[in-house]
Amino acid sequence: MTLDALDTATKTALFEYLLRLGDDALILGHRLSEWCGHGPYLEEDIALANIALDCLGHANALLGLAGEVEGAGQSADDLAFFRDAIEFRNVQLVELPRGDFAFTIARQFLFSAYAHLLYEGLRESTFEPLAGIAAKAYKEVSYHLRHSSEWMLRLGDGTDESHRRTQQALNDLWMYTGELFEADDVLHALVEAGIAPDVPAARSRWKDMVTTVLEAATLQLPPEPPYMASGGRTGFHTEHLGHLLAEMQFLPRAYPDATW
Amino acid sequence: MTETNDRMVPWEVFVQPRAGAPHEHAGNVHAADAEMALQNARDVYARRGNVVSIWVVPAAAIHASRPEDTGPFFDPADDKPYRHPSFYKVPHGTRNI
Repeated sequence: MTLDALDTATKTALFEYLLRLGDDALILGHRLSEWCGHGPYLEEDIALANIALDCLGHANALLGLAGEVEGAGQSADDLAFFRDAIEFRNVQLVELPRGDFAFTIARQFLFSAYAHLLYEGLRESTFEPLAGIAAKAYKEVSYHLRHSSEWMLRLGDGTDESHRRTQQALNDLWMYTGELFEADDVLHALVEAGIAPDVPAARSRWKDMVTTVLEAATLQLPPEPPYMASGGRTGFHTEHLGHLLAEMQFLPRAYPDATW
Repeated sequence: MTETNDRMVPWEVFVQPRAGAPHEHAGNVHAADAEMALQNARDVYARRGNVVSIWVVPAAAIHASRPEDTGPFFDPADDKPYRHPSFYKVPHGTRNI
């Protein structure tokens, strides 16, 4: 299925969906890039920068496609650098400050397990341009999952301090994982059309993937919190996103014609 | 960048550019174990090139000749040219002998 074959309602839902996926990748990529030059040692510094670049690549492709679907002439850069926090559609999980290394790895692990499910299904999307992006992204997020899973094992089953910090990070992050599996009319319509995979229906698979690694890492699955954070998909964000955007968007906003 | 943890040891990295070609020494990485060494090698040496296989070997496992061995260790072959495979005709089109 190509862009011309989509009706207006589907295009509207698809634009929204692509912003969600693209914004998740963009904001997480930016958070990871904050480790550049601060990694715990040189090789890991390079690895985190590589993963950040992968995420920015996904964001570039997804937001570029979003601009085409919207049909209003917005480029990926326009969408990334000239929207305010309330217009962003990422989950709150990815905008939280990077924290210590354990926090960064635990977040990456939880998100990569979700992204693995997402892109695995998206490869079968009936909307061909999206299936193409997913085929490439799937390979990369598979590596991100492997990288972060291996670190979960080493941090969880490492020293007392690394175990304590990683368990703390998991406990702090758990209330932000519900958003990854929220379903609404936008998603229902796209699942119906075969454009998006039903990731919320695969939540138990995600939990199984996570649990297997946590058990091997001698870490505890956090208890279900009384409250799951929500709102990122509709533009309600933590106070951290505005600060992140201020830094990320400064240059293109100050010099709109800058090229590099 | 903090000091590298003392659990981290150097590993030598060998990459194979295509199936059938020899694994060539690419450099080294620090890592605490083999899987981490493999991942670090992938990030440092394989991301931008065509690589189909990576070997990582603990640097301590490599037993190498010493620079001062150069004379006694390698010279005797120099005056025995019949040992050099240079008297054979190589079939046209054959590579990587």
